[in-house]
Amino acid sequence: MVSTVVGAPVERREGLEKVTGSARYAAEHAPPRRVWAWPVPATVARGTVTAVDTAAAMEQPGVLTVLTHRNAPRLAEPDDATLAVLQNPRVPHRGWFVALVVAETLEDARAGAAAVQVSYEPEEHDVSLTMTHPGAYVPEEANGGYPAATEQGDPERAFASSAVQVDADYRVPPLHNHPMEPHASTAQWDGDRLLVHTSSQGSTAVQTVLAGLFRLPEDGVTVVAEHVGGGFGSKGTPRPDVVLAAMAARQTGRPVTLALPRRHMPAVVGHRAPTLHRVRLGAEPDGRLTSLIHEVTTHTSRIKEFTEQAAVPARTMYAAAHLRTVHRVAPLDVPSPSWMRAPGEAPGMYALESAMDELACALGMDPVELRIVNEPETEPHSGKPFSSRHLVECLREGARRFDWAHRAPRTAGPLRIGTGVAAAMYPVLVQPSTASAGACPDGTFLVRINATDIGTGSRTVLAQIAADALGVPLERVRTEVGRSDLPSASLAGGSSGTASWGWAVHEACTRLTARLATHTGPLPPDGLDAHADTAGQADADSPWARHAFGAHFAEVAVDTVTGEVRARRLLGVFAAGHILNARTARSQFVGGMTMGLGMALTEGSTMDAAFGDFTQSDLASYHVPAHADVPDIEVHWIDEDDPHLNPMGSKGIGEIGIVGTAAAIGNAVHHATGTRYRELPLTPDRVRRGAGF
Amino acid sequence: MGDSQHLQGERGGASASRHRTDTTLRVNGKPHQLTLDHRRTLLDVVREDLGLYGAKKGCDHGQCGACTVLVDGRRVNSCLLLAVTLDGSEVTTVEGLTGEGPTGDGEQPHPLQQAFLDRDAFQCGYCTPGQICSAIGALAEAAAGHPSRVTDPRAPSGRAVPLDRDEIRERLSGNLCRCGAYPRIVDAVEDVIA
Ligand code: FES
Ligand code: FES
Repeated sequence: MVSTVVGAPVERREGLEKVTGSARYAAEHAPPRRVWAWPVPATVARGTVTAVDTAAAMEQPGVLTVLTHRNAPRLAEPDDATLAVLQNPRVPHRGWFVALVVAETLEDARAGAAAVQVSYEPEEHDVSLTMTHPGAYVPEEANGGYPAATEQGDPERAFASSAVQVDADYRVPPLHNHPMEPHASTAQWDGDRLLVHTSSQGSTAVQTVLAGLFRLPEDGVTVVAEHVGGGFGSKGTPRPDVVLAAMAARQTGRPVTLALPRRHMPAVVGHRAPTLHRVRLGAEPDGRLTSLIHEVTTHTSRIKEFTEQAAVPARTMYAAAHLRTVHRVAPLDVPSPSWMRAPGEAPGMYALESAMDELACALGMDPVELRIVNEPETEPHSGKPFSSRHLVECLREGARRFDWAHRAPRTAGPLRIGTGVAAAMYPVLVQPSTASAGACPDGTFLVRINATDIGTGSRTVLAQIAADALGVPLERVRTEVGRSDLPSASLAGGSSGTASWGWAVHEACTRLTARLATHTGPLPPDGLDAHADTAGQADADSPWARHAFGAHFAEVAVDTVTGEVRARRLLGVFAAGHILNARTARSQFVGGMTMGLGMALTEGSTMDAAFGDFTQSDLASYHVPAHADVPDIEVHWIDEDDPHLNPMGSKGIGEIGIVGTAAAIGNAVHHATGTRYRELPLTPDRVRRGAGF
Repeated sequence: MGDSQHLQGERGGASASRHRTDTTLRVNGKPHQLTLDHRRTLLDVVREDLGLYGAKKGCDHGQCGACTVLVDGRRVNSCLLLAVTLDGSEVTTVEGLTGEGPTGDGEQPHPLQQAFLDRDAFQCGYCTPGQICSAIGALAEAAAGHPSRVTDPRAPSGRAVPLDRDEIRERLSGNLCRCGAYPRIVDAVEDVIA
């Protein structure tokens, strides 16, 4: 009997390639005669392109062509309007691409792009979101297919008559994903066949979209995403780079690489939309919630409705008989928002968990206890029983490890030191996928699935799942991922990758084991294989409310002279089913919490009202946390035995780390200073301005 | 040198060459004579002319550190250096850190590369070559007595600066990691100091 490898801290299979520099990312595939593309972004926030003068650009050495809406290949209409690039003269937002220069070298392409002269008929624009924006409406659905508004009981009346009330507004600014590898694609045509290397969280979807846009059969398009330098949602679906690279390659007859300049990214790859929150909590003197109202106002672009589902967590978190959640969205002349790590949960739980802390203060109650008192029997919104829910255990375990009992704020010179807590939650999502498993005559096994490794270690964890399902040692299992000509699979998003792919892999391996059991004699030269498709199974409705939960504890020091907030300690405890690889899972939790630290303290973008542009468009102005910002981060988990998930018993872990971190830090700042800040990020200027010290 | 290469590659060379200059770079111990477009950065030379894609482009503006390589032993953001200005320099990229295996037949990771593997000090791996080159440069700086913002001002000058976790964090702060592998990168660097 082979001992189990699921759960073990197995090393990443592609690790050596990554540390020695031999792992190839999308822009690093250099077919012979490869040329470069450089986009030209619109410089007005709304209007129409009236003329594109390409003469000066074409005179630049090395320039091969300039694509504009007049001469670019015509695409079939995409479902995602952000991909209809160079199809018409409309400019829906500043930074929208209005031309593309293709040239022999990167330098030539960049110089060519600088020489393109674009004329516009500009129109008045509006990029300023307010809570009372007249254009805001309640959409049918928020992102994720959730109803935009829910109501049970009589929340307004229950709130008005509650003994203790919190009524607070919170603001989360636009945030940018900024994976370290910019969006990049290398495209080449061979007759009517298209081969693309792209930086994507799911190349099956890219294949489908490109086939549609260029009117090709799906098997005429191959999309490879072997190594991906992070995505965090921004590479979840195809972005304009891949469409433009394919167009440019078609037009020039040369392989083309388009790697987006960092400063172009905020406008075209999606962002976390700003959210304006009003949270009302009504409670009895013993802390029990009677009413919970979470209202969210956010923006979307003119060409795509995307509503950050920030009020959705309130439907799951706490037992309140009277509950209302509503999203309003205002279409503005802004870039299209999209997924960024834990869309909805990250900003929503910042607001809700900050309000819970305010309620604890109003009640004079320990904030850990307040959450425990409000633990629901069943999911408040749906009435479904939880498949597993260990929030209370996470809170208690975290409090013990953090020494929460001795949390009195203290002073050290100019520093005020305080601690805070917040809960975390992320839904269990799972998508159908297909996979194959093969037994080779040499005694090895080959698992094939178009999963993507964006840094999570999917090759490794899928091999672990397969080894256990086959009952063979891990070294005998090989995995192939990251190509659209492998069995199709869902994308690495919504913390659903491992559950979705693992389910298909498990199923294929189980079938292969059955085939092998009835097979006699040596294996045929091609080996034996088995295929699985989890459609209808993975996406079946569940009678259970399925979510991962967690608790964050933070200690901060606030400098009363400079206003600087520094995280001194972060500790997270998570309950997310079975953890399948202790080593890579820890890295994901820590990574999520680090991004949450950024959301709390350093990351914030602003829409410039006059220019209609993100002011913080590069990594010098948009501050993702750096080494010196990040303390040692402690992560623990509580193993859950939940039979209602998937064959591995796992919940997703890629996003929950970011959910609640910012609230825990904000609550710690309040504990340290007595000042309640309700707008992120907690930068020194903002802290100084609001300071009561 | 027998293995000296003269590259006027079709990728670099097809562009009309108003401003090009012959330049010699020694990269990972190997001399390269190149005729370089004056606009070309060291990063684009190692990546596109020499195929050393271990040096990554994260921002092309000196803001992320993904492109960090060593020039004459010092760490630099290679996206900020015009390669023509480096004639005669010795460049080391992440590919140049591996050594011969004990049997001389394969690549042996540098101890810091091994420490990154041992500590799982990365996820997507895109910042990793830059982190590794930067840490090697930082270790040399500390050994040479260069202070950082967090070095005790009373520390004797010119003496090697011992690196604790805060020193490592400070000195590697020019290398961003969006995957948030920072604590483990610090672990890995400590491993090679110990
Ligand atoms: S690519 Fe050179 S610092 Fe970012
Ligand atoms: S490992 Fe992904 S950016 Fe550092």
